[in-house]
Amino acid sequence: MTHHYREQIKNIANKYGNDRGYLMNIARDIVKELGYISEEVVADLADVLNIPMVQVRDMVSFYSFFPRKTLGKNVIRVCNAVIERMKGADEVSKAFEKALGVSFGETTKDNLFTLLHTSCIGLSDQAPGALINNVPLTNLKPTDIPQIINDIKSGKNVSDLPQSRVLLNLKKEGEVICAPMESGKAIRNALNMKPEEVIGEINKSRLRGRGGAGFPTAMKWDFCRKQKSSVRYLICNADEGEPGTFKDRVILTEYPDLVFEGMTIAGYAIGAKEGIMYLRGEYAYLLDNLEKVLAKRRHLGLLGEHICGREDFSFDIRIQLGAGAYVCGEESALIESLEGKRGAPRDRPPFPVQKGYKNEPTSVNNVETLCCAARILEKGGEWFSKIGTKDSTGTKMLSVSGDCEHPGVYEVEYGITIENLLELVGAKNTQAVQVGGASGKCVAPKDFGRRISFEDLPTGGSIMIFSKNRDLLEYMYQFVEFFVEESCGWCVPCRAGTTLLEKKLRQILDGKGTAQSLAELRRIAQTIKLMSRCGLGQTSANPVLTTIYDFADLYAERIKEEDGKLMTFDLQKAMKVGIEASGRIKEGVK
Amino acid sequence: MSMNVVTFTIDGVEVKSAPDKTILQAADDVGIYIPRLCYLKDLPPGGHCRVCTVKVNGRPVNACTYPVAEGIVVENNTEELHSLRRNIIEMLFVEGNHFCPSCEVAGKCELQALAYRLALLTPQMPYLYAQKELDATHPDVYLDRNRCVLCGRCVRASIYLDKKNVFGFENRGISMRISVNSNDGLKDTNLTKDDKSMSVCPTGCLVVKRQGFTIPVGKRPYDKKPIGSEIETKTVNS
Ligand SMILES: Cc1cc2nc3c(=O)[nH]c(=O)nc-3n(C[C@H](O)[C@H](O)[C@H](O)COP(=O)(O)O)c2cc1C
Ligand code: SF4
Ligand code: SF4
Ligand code: SF4
Ligand code: FES
Ligand code: FES
Repeated sequence: MTHHYREQIKNIANKYGNDRGYLMNIARDIVKELGYISEEVVADLADVLNIPMVQVRDMVSFYSFFPRKTLGKNVIRVCNAVIERMKGADEVSKAFEKALGVSFGETTKDNLFTLLHTSCIGLSDQAPGALINNVPLTNLKPTDIPQIINDIKSGKNVSDLPQSRVLLNLKKEGEVICAPMESGKAIRNALNMKPEEVIGEINKSRLRGRGGAGFPTAMKWDFCRKQKSSVRYLICNADEGEPGTFKDRVILTEYPDLVFEGMTIAGYAIGAKEGIMYLRGEYAYLLDNLEKVLAKRRHLGLLGEHICGREDFSFDIRIQLGAGAYVCGEESALIESLEGKRGAPRDRPPFPVQKGYKNEPTSVNNVETLCCAARILEKGGEWFSKIGTKDSTGTKMLSVSGDCEHPGVYEVEYGITIENLLELVGAKNTQAVQVGGASGKCVAPKDFGRRISFEDLPTGGSIMIFSKNRDLLEYMYQFVEFFVEESCGWCVPCRAGTTLLEKKLRQILDGKGTAQSLAELRRIAQTIKLMSRCGLGQTSANPVLTTIYDFADLYAERIKEEDGKLMTFDLQKAMKVGIEASGRIKEGVK
Repeated sequence: MSMNVVTFTIDGVEVKSAPDKTILQAADDVGIYIPRLCYLKDLPPGGHCRVCTVKVNGRPVNACTYPVAEGIVVENNTEELHSLRRNIIEMLFVEGNHFCPSCEVAGKCELQALAYRLALLTPQMPYLYAQKELDATHPDVYLDRNRCVLCGRCVRASIYLDKKNVFGFENRGISMRISVNSNDGLKDTNLTKDDKSMSVCPTGCLVVKRQGFTIPVGKRPYDKKPIGSEIETKTVNS
């Protein structure tokens, strides 16, 4: 069967050398030209690339940004993640529905608009936000919406709308990431050393990964370098999908040179010729500027063949856009996605440093980690190791959102207490602080003396503040909803478990739960945590598991009377044994 | 000690194995049963079900992909792991639409057999009652997604044993389904009823038409002996 758009598909595939490894880019371009990927397109594309159509469908059906049905000319994605809803996203959503006369998930009759929801788009500091045709709008008010719709109808560019402004919101500059820099200086310092010595300098700094797991960066590079192979890859993880995290957005906007400098140094250290930045699809609007910076660096001889005139060192960087899947921030899922497949994590071992991209040794590092590495080569490992705490050296870029006067990005020294942080950002009357995003920990006031650090309260950067007038458990529920949406589906405990957890929690929050329901909730949560295949599943029950003890009375309040009699169940007492057994004796539990 | 042998323990029992094996393979070789659902001997492991989870030095890992190593301490037959595995089986029962008494494969179904072996009673988790499509377009076989546990065996068998690509996955999360290599159901694929992929399904989703109940109930593999006994009764390698 031939279709009229077959030529278009052929041309797009041709642009990428008919290489299935570029399926992400091919699918993206097809969506740009045809609006969606129909079953016919799946068949045609499979034919053009000479791969089974079941593999094409497998991949495209995985990503939120590859619609399978026709969408309107303008696609509106309103962020309805936790922070947005605290800041009035529900009212904004209603205003969109009213202005367009359709509900979410629908397209207007004239095919001009499709209205969708999306999870966090990295703009929680200027919520509520939305992406219209991938252009971000911020600080939306319900009263803005009719005008926005009219402007688009009359042909105005979304980027010309007054709400199309992303504030930098950099509230506190520290000495590592936000200091002035001279492009190329750190690279020249590195090139004056042997690769092993560069790794030695990083080792001296005791730098640990900023992406979540906190793995020592020098050790990762060393493993990667020591693998027997002639080809190695360096990947910069810019997928930043954890709800409430937007510090990489600020780094990529303000300090792209520092990131690329770090990538180049990492490439030299591990012996890679190719670096790839995996940029989340929601940040597509940053792409143009990033490409410009790359071009400038090539022009300056800081990228490309023979960097800084060195015969033996060539390295270049390309940027790969993601397509709306949180799990692709997990390093092995990211690699699968880069290879043009569904973003399903891999079982380990082998680890990416052994067998990564195209089965070659690969080091995956977070944006901020690479920035730190560049600074370390500029100013020395010794200098870096004196900032922060013993086990958490350096600074941390924190993305602060929620109930505080000054949301935004703060570069702070590791070791800062929650208490001091709350003071810094102007938060009062705080009920709880969510440290580390949906997958992190909900911290109660009794623990506000604890410190942001790998050894105490680790975080990839997300800090969400809930004041006392918030219905905390409703927000925990929304985190669970997020994981239901983002589970890749590969393994049972996460695929089925997150949905079951959501159902149970809803039942309890609706006042329909009994003491038995709470035990069920815990049983499901524990199973997901212990049995899931990757970090997504293993942390997806945290919204429940980190509140069920410290906020036990919030649960107890919702437990239903049975047969008109009050339940005699005493949650505090019932938990006590468990809490003691797990060695987590805390105040407030008698 | 030879370079070609690693020694470790499973529940305190010393096990010797070639170094390139997984924990599950090494256990099979010495007659120790680790429950599993998505693993099948002649296929590469898929890592989907997590029923084979054991603890290695206290940390949960799946035995079907995790390599053996000298001196590791593996826990398998513990009450904690049994209840976690049972919970997974329970999740599968409420995720799908299973009605064993009228099912063609009852008695030879690995999901049902695991439920018996792990002593699962009536599920307490909420049923999802999901809509799942049945594909009866093929003249000789049908695919009933209501009973699918997404073990991926059919996907891998079609690729690695049949050298075809009849099956794959579609969508993500709770909406994930088995999909087939055509726009219009199994009839437009090159699947035949004799393909290896037709014989690997642990449950009753992939069924040959017009030949129901060839083995009478009561004489089916798990009617008499629990699943896993075929491994446990194996003579132990020396
Ligand atoms: C579900 C999930 C999402 C993740 N998302 C990100 C991310 O957006 N950015 C990131 O750098 N690391 C993310 N990680 C951690 C990565 O797997 C990996 O550990 C990290 O990129 C390594 O870089 P680092 O050593 O510099 O921290 C995620 C992990 C999981 C399990
Ligand atoms: S834990 Fe969740 S995200 Fe990770 S592999 Fe399993 S289903 Fe996929
Ligand atoms: S497939 Fe197995 S578990 Fe499902 S109904 Fe049939 S016998 Fe029961
Ligand atoms: S159809 Fe059968 S073999 Fe295929 S994934 Fe489903 S349960 Fe497994
Ligand atoms: S942008 Fe909406 S919560 Fe982050
Ligand atoms: S048998 Fe190991 S994960 Fe399924």
